[in-house]
Amino acid sequence: MTTTSAEGHWSLSASSPRYGEKAVLVFFWLCAVLSVAVTTAIVFSLLPPTIGFFREVSFSEFFGETVWAPAFATPSFGVWPIVVGSGIVVVIATMVAVPVGLLTAIYLSEYAPNRIRRVVKPALEVLEGIPTVALGLFAFWFIRPTIETLTPFLPWQGPFSIGVAGLAVGLLVVPLIVSVSDDAMRAVPAALREGAYALGASKLEVSLRVVVPAAISGIVAAMVLAGSRAVGETMVVWLAAGAGNPTVNFDLTKGAQTMTAFIAGRSTGDIPAEGVVYDTIFAVGSLLFFATLILNMIAMRFVRRFREVYD
Amino acid sequence: MTGDAMVPRRAADAVAVARAATLQSLTGSQRRGRLVSGIFVILMLSGVALAIAGLVALIVFMFAEGGGRMTWSLLTNPPSTISPGTAGYRTAILGTLYVIGGVVFMIVPVGVGAAVYLEEYADKDRWWNRLIELNIQNLAGVPSIVFGILGLAFIVRGPIGLGFVAAAGSITVGLLVLPTVILASREAIRAVPSSISDGALALGATRWQTIRMQVLPAATPGILTGVILSVARAIGEAAPLLLVGAVTFVTFNPRFFSDGYSTLPVMIYQYSNRPQEEFRILAAAGVIVMLILVLALNSFAVWLRDRFERRW
Repeated sequence: MTTTSAEGHWSLSASSPRYGEKAVLVFFWLCAVLSVAVTTAIVFSLLPPTIGFFREVSFSEFFGETVWAPAFATPSFGVWPIVVGSGIVVVIATMVAVPVGLLTAIYLSEYAPNRIRRVVKPALEVLEGIPTVALGLFAFWFIRPTIETLTPFLPWQGPFSIGVAGLAVGLLVVPLIVSVSDDAMRAVPAALREGAYALGASKLEVSLRVVVPAAISGIVAAMVLAGSRAVGETMVVWLAAGAGNPTVNFDLTKGAQTMTAFIAGRSTGDIPAEGVVYDTIFAVGSLLFFATLILNMIAMRFVRRFREVYD
Repeated sequence: MTGDAMVPRRAADAVAVARAATLQSLTGSQRRGRLVSGIFVILMLSGVALAIAGLVALIVFMFAEGGGRMTWSLLTNPPSTISPGTAGYRTAILGTLYVIGGVVFMIVPVGVGAAVYLEEYADKDRWWNRLIELNIQNLAGVPSIVFGILGLAFIVRGPIGLGFVAAAGSITVGLLVLPTVILASREAIRAVPSSISDGALALGATRWQTIRMQVLPAATPGILTGVILSVARAIGEAAPLLLVGAVTFVTFNPRFFSDGYSTLPVMIYQYSNRPQEEFRILAAAGVIVMLILVLALNSFAVWLRDRFERRW
């Protein structure tokens, strides 16, 4: 409804103030701002104990030493053993998941008839949703003994293996790689494919020389996201790779600790709410947070690139 | 970069392909090309098969291990560390119900609210709105165990100080899945064509009336799918809960704001940690329960999306 103002002109402003509308807007805004508050809270829960930690332990010891034994009688705080553990998991997981995921994505995007797509896509979503405890136990109980039987010449010992943990994490991130690179390849305009076909290219050439190069930023994003997911994965590596030794270990058949497994392992015992051992949880947590933050930033940059080019 | 700037690159791509194709047809033999294509198709199919085989092997293995323990008493018996033959998951299942109930209660209004703000109200040119967007995308990639640290430092102790109770676990996991819910809801809201809300606004509806009566009902299937997938993920989540108290071994029924609690995946982890064979079977049976729950939710979400999602 419009009303007439004092001069007799029609006014276009609302006749009633509509406080309800404003209240609703404020509620929605608060919901959106909550996410920023969560990030701030994460930083604020990590930062003070991390600073406390570095007051006790020097930077050069944390990043310079190679023995990780924070809870020992003579503690040592060289972070490299668990960083290397996480690194091995990332490398193996990507080595497994990138070929499998990329081949699956090319198949789904370029080759698969709709009928197969409709079966494979949900199956991959289910794989993505498998609880990590279940996958960890599967790796520990099934994958590890199976591989040990197949490769008796390797020096297997103890129930844990960082290599098997990496393999299981690889299986976990396959769906992520498939869905992100499939999206990227489907965003490639049909005109590019048709042009190539018209010039006599075969289906294989179109897929590998036109679609994959055109979607490369999305594919790179998928790989980086998978790496970030592998760094942050906890239960699988904790169950399959165990607690590990305090020294740097590159032997894939042996158990090794990752950053995430360290945090999980430390926190299941009694957690005394202070002391430098308690603070190590936060110092390692900060390292993990910034590592994944950087990887996610890189991935988002690549995703934005393919969106901008073809949208 | 604008579309116009990309034209030369596309042209260059096309020329490169043309040259490659010409060279191929002039020099390479047709038969070799077909062989390579065949090998590539086989490679792709084995990639697909490998991923699916991993999933199937996991499910089959767990049923083979724990299938013998699949009775109702597995769900209703309290846990025990002494008699694995009769121990069950009652308190852990109740704990999971509490935690998940709290998660749903929290993520539906907050997740949808944030999505509505970003899609319907926010001016994308303002830096603070872009910050919120960037922040949500980043938050979606933060490892779950870091949310556990947040829960420990902020919700269990610190400013909120709830203690090691189910409510703390609930808030922690809720915050963890919130970005996923927001992203899925935004997607669903964005899929509603603007002609619908333009029409409602032109007829004199207010912004909120338009959202409540036109946009949200049309986006409901998509939002619901996102919520269900997030709940499925929340059920299987164990890592952050380790830090906010779910490792307590509880033999009594938990409550929301007091006493210790445990959840299904954490209980499974604890059983699996014991050396005796019976506990391993018990853990595998727990995995089956969790898998059935998660797979049922996942299938429901997929069905919902296929059945109700409208193409405009």
